[in-house]
Amino acid sequence: MNSGIPLQYFLILATIMFFAGVYGFLTRRNLITILMSVELILNSVNINFLAFNRYLYPHKLEGMFFSLFVIAVAASEAAVAIAIIINIYRRFTTINVEDVNEMKF
Amino acid sequence: MINFNYTIWIFLLPFLMFLFLGLAGHKYFPRLSGILGTCGLAVITVLSYITAYKYFFTSEKVDGAYQKIIAFNFTWLQFTDKLHIDIGALLDPISVMMLIVITTVSLMVHIYSLGYMKGEKGFERFFSFLSLFSFSMLGLVLATNIFQMYIFWELVGVSSFLLIGFYYQKPSAVRASKKAFIVTRFADLGFLIGILILSFNTKTFDFITLTNPTGPAIAQGSGIAFLGLSVMTWSMIFVFMGGVGKSAMFPFHIWLPDAMEGPTPVSALIHAATMVVAGVYLVARMFPIYALSAPVALNVVAYVGAFSSLFAAVIACTQTDIKRVLAYSTMSQIGYMMLALGVAGYGGHEGLGYMASMFHLFTHAMFKALLFLGAGAIIHAVHSNYMTEMGGLRKYLPITHITFLIACLTIAGIPPFSGFFSKDEILAAAFHSNKILFAVEYAVAGLTAFYMFRLYFSVFWGKDINYHQTPHEAPATMTIPLIVLAVGCLVSGFIPFNKLVTSDGKILESEIELMIAIPSVLIGLLGIGIAYLMYVKESAIPDKLAATFKYGYKWAYNKFYIDELYLFVTKKIIFRYISDPVAWFDRHVVDATMNGIAGITQGVSFRIRGLQSGQLQKYAFVFITGAIMLAILFIYLWK
Repeated sequence: MNSGIPLQYFLILATIMFFAGVYGFLTRRNLITILMSVELILNSVNINFLAFNRYLYPHKLEGMFFSLFVIAVAASEAAVAIAIIINIYRRFTTINVEDVNEMKF
Repeated sequence: MINFNYTIWIFLLPFLMFLFLGLAGHKYFPRLSGILGTCGLAVITVLSYITAYKYFFTSEKVDGAYQKIIAFNFTWLQFTDKLHIDIGALLDPISVMMLIVITTVSLMVHIYSLGYMKGEKGFERFFSFLSLFSFSMLGLVLATNIFQMYIFWELVGVSSFLLIGFYYQKPSAVRASKKAFIVTRFADLGFLIGILILSFNTKTFDFITLTNPTGPAIAQGSGIAFLGLSVMTWSMIFVFMGGVGKSAMFPFHIWLPDAMEGPTPVSALIHAATMVVAGVYLVARMFPIYALSAPVALNVVAYVGAFSSLFAAVIACTQTDIKRVLAYSTMSQIGYMMLALGVAGYGGHEGLGYMASMFHLFTHAMFKALLFLGAGAIIHAVHSNYMTEMGGLRKYLPITHITFLIACLTIAGIPPFSGFFSKDEILAAAFHSNKILFAVEYAVAGLTAFYMFRLYFSVFWGKDINYHQTPHEAPATMTIPLIVLAVGCLVSGFIPFNKLVTSDGKILESEIELMIAIPSVLIGLLGIGIAYLMYVKESAIPDKLAATFKYGYKWAYNKFYIDELYLFVTKKIIFRYISDPVAWFDRHVVDATMNGIAGITQGVSFRIRGLQSGQLQKYAFVFITGAIMLAILFIYLWK
């Protein structure tokens, strides 16, 4: 059943993806890039779900379903987020987050 | 028992009239409000006369003495079972007499004001304030307990304040009204302290219990001593302080001359006939306590009265504003009343001074109101307050002239006018108890005649002046009250006060003592004669005299610099050494603490405001850092 790839590899990949996403989320100023970073984070979680499901409970399918669910949520989230970004662009003619600060104080 | 329940309307009507005129008068019937106010007061006058008739002639006497009747009484504030403040009406000889005085003078002033105030701005406001004043004054004299009296005492102070400041666009009127209010209010502080000491020791506010000569209130409380005087004496002195303020006795007299800034009918009603005698009424009301348990306080009353009467008479001789002359004359006459009370004793023949004081209060109200209303008619005709701008007015104002002359003869104590009788009783009372005060009052009688006739001659005789407009006699609404009051001056001397108003309610046998009456008339005539020589024609004598007694004249003309003294004490001493440091403390310590707390809060908020940048990524950074730290904490450090 094991195809020779140990669980740690999946986890290391997921961790790298997760922190790459976090880093991108914190440092990027472009809203689209931020959205992409969020997708990275979500996908890293998906990998974790699938890997754990495969290695710990191979006869159950909860992990699979959960990752499918996450993908669905991510898709709808992308739709909503892009709609918002378009509106922001119309309003401010920019999608740089630092310029969108009217609500502070 | 006769039913006196209706006396509640004597209170209520003017109050309702005040509310009615004050709230609706301005909008709906500005012209009619004067008539309405006058009609309301006429009803009260009739009620008062009915009350007086019933009280004096049909009520039952016990042992030949008039009883104190409580017409109605209800508890207003109940603190404990024994300590409660009531509102009610007490009828006894002096309160019934005051009812007559107040309603008569007030009615005359109302009628007079219809003419005098016609076309003035705030006509309806004037009448609503007059109603407020009538209400408060009637409440004061009918009070059943000392606290009710205090409440109404303050109310008359307020209405006096409002009416002095009636021309509120005039800075001098505003200043005068403030001065009157603050000075009397300061004196009332003493009154309140007196009430507190008195009621603490006697456990009651009620006048009947307090003044019952055989009751517990007088017997008790006289023992405990402070600075050599009994507690009762102290409380009575404090109570008298309130009376000094309201009655403009020395040293709280400074507000009265300035109060003449108000409209003249107001001066006639409040600052001559009714409100300023409230102090005399107060002492008369508490008289048994003064006489029986605080004789020292009664001496204070006598000396304050005597000094004030002399002091004011001297000043009155030098003033040129006719209303101010009358104001000082009022002060002098009230000094007479105080003195008469001060030399009186309780009951029997000792009570002569009490009766004389009330008698003089009554006659004084008539003739002084007449003098003021006459002065109002003169001012109305000449448009000036100064004697120097008047002269020869007898040709233009015949009715005012005759009535004014009657009033002057009355105040000078010439028979058969009423002032002769009442002044004679006062002099007799002083003669029998204190010869020094008697001599002072004799001198004052001469001075009074002199300054009144100085006023009379220089206004109605003296030099002829070319007036811009020929002065004309006042309208009938103004002359009728003058005539009525002049008749009052003629008649009121024959009222048998010794049978009606005495210290113990019994009949007091008194007759005119020729030994005292004849010299007093002579000294009055002497004063008139000197005034005649000096003022009936233009002459150089007054100026020469003023030059001879240069300093004395200057001092008296400047009212002995009492005002300046007060200003010095308040501005230079109290303000500088007490108020300023207190204000400094308030500003720099109390306020600074509060401002400091606010400032620190604000500063801290400014610092931490930077955290709320609105940058989502910063928040996320903080959040993630926190999450990682918590993870490290829980995984590695939490053992």
